[in-house]
Amino acid sequence: MSANNMIDVVVTQVVEVNELVKRFHFSRPDGLALPAFSGGSHIIVEMSDGEHVRKSPYSLMSSPLDTSDYQISIRRDDEGRGGSLYMHREVRPGMSMRISAPANLFPINNRSTKHLMIAGGIGITPFIAQTAQLLATGGDFELHYGARTTELASYVDELRASIGRRLHAYIGENIDFDDLLSRQPAGTHLYVCGPEPMIELVLAKAAENGWPKGHIHFEHFAKAPPGEPFTAYLSKSNKSIQVGKDQSLLEAMEEAGVDAPYLCRGGACGQCETTVVEAEGKILHGDYWLDDEEKAAGNKIMPCVSRFCGSNLVIER
Amino acid sequence: MSSETIASRPVYGSLAPVESNYHLFIADDHGGAAIVELAQHLSSDFWTNCEIIYINSQPNSASDHSDAIEALQCSKFYLGASIDAARGRISNSLNRAKMGTQIYLAGSEQLLNVSTMLVIEAGYDHRSVQTEQRGSLARRVQCVHCKGITPDVITQPTVCSHCGLLLLVRDHYSRRLAAFQGVNINAEYPDDIPETVEAFV
Repeated sequence: MSANNMIDVVVTQVVEVNELVKRFHFSRPDGLALPAFSGGSHIIVEMSDGEHVRKSPYSLMSSPLDTSDYQISIRRDDEGRGGSLYMHREVRPGMSMRISAPANLFPINNRSTKHLMIAGGIGITPFIAQTAQLLATGGDFELHYGARTTELASYVDELRASIGRRLHAYIGENIDFDDLLSRQPAGTHLYVCGPEPMIELVLAKAAENGWPKGHIHFEHFAKAPPGEPFTAYLSKSNKSIQVGKDQSLLEAMEEAGVDAPYLCRGGACGQCETTVVEAEGKILHGDYWLDDEEKAAGNKIMPCVSRFCGSNLVIER
Repeated sequence: MSSETIASRPVYGSLAPVESNYHLFIADDHGGAAIVELAQHLSSDFWTNCEIIYINSQPNSASDHSDAIEALQCSKFYLGASIDAARGRISNSLNRAKMGTQIYLAGSEQLLNVSTMLVIEAGYDHRSVQTEQRGSLARRVQCVHCKGITPDVITQPTVCSHCGLLLLVRDHYSRRLAAFQGVNINAEYPDDIPETVEAFV
């Protein structure tokens, strides 16, 4: 499984939402419908930036009811490896790009009686698709959306227009999670997407308030961080590869023609988990997949986001 | 204790209360002993935010723990005679509960199964309840042929109380129906009647 299912698309619109966020619209060049998806899905966007190919996951924010036009919103990250900067600076309407088919690691639980959604900042995007879906299917939901400033509260006006009083916006103020989580009716499912500290706080509060794990859903894609270049030896492919400073181990494997598995490319789904055969040095784990024990043991690495610092790394790929 | 045979066959554990603003216990007969035993390790404050629904099908027998449970002085106590009679009460309590309420089930396999079905109907994830099996292993069995459900099945094979077919009671279980599946055991050779044994007691 991997790069074979990429879809050719055309960028139809690029909209500056605010000083940090741009929205990108994709359609198929032949005008046919893109694959159907459910709210909470993400796509992988392939970026050919100079000599390297970079691929990053972004949540689809457009309505699942309209598959003629996929929309994603990207917040500019000046400290990252450059993926968001490339999208902000280089991508223009009319450009041809390649995206993956959608995959959903953050689906709505359709058995639940109510959906409690909590978004922080750009974490709002999957909820825009999910609320469009729930408006069509008639599900009960409320969306609590925190943002630092009015300017950064992307889509708050659009959401107010579409979902009305089900939107609770907190601009520059804290959400009282204890209050919110303690007064939800039986059968409610909780969904969280936003910055990592907010997700951690909400998960801790949910546990404190006795919420069962099966009712809690969150999505946070780790970013493949830039870092020191390193060398990795792929034992099955019998190849030695160089991982550049703005490249992930997964991207370096792909560049070397090795078909490595992946799904989310954000350290969340577990697809790319790879056995470490030898490591003299330190694995810099950046994923949400391996638990602390596995990370400490050092027998596994998630090449989509994790790096290595040391003299010798051999992985089973 | 049940052992894992196939993936759908429910597996039960033992009750271990966790911190919460509210606790809901549903138990029958010998399951009452599980609550009384817990009480020995918990402060009396625990029961002030707690509801207990106790089904006592054989009053004044060895399985009657109603006096000991009532003595815990929990904030809400309901004493019923059968799970079927208590179903409305259970659903009502589940639907009124707030997220964070801890749900504990203790007792016969049928009590655990039917209560879990009601929990799922109320919108909870079935893994979010704690269960402890005590007492009868009699099964609710759905005849896969006529779809009728026969409760209190203790023998293998068993006769469907609706269509009369002789059924092999499988471990194949439906959470939606709270029933094990019963499949005709002698369809090809109706005269071949296997020995009946008490398998679920």
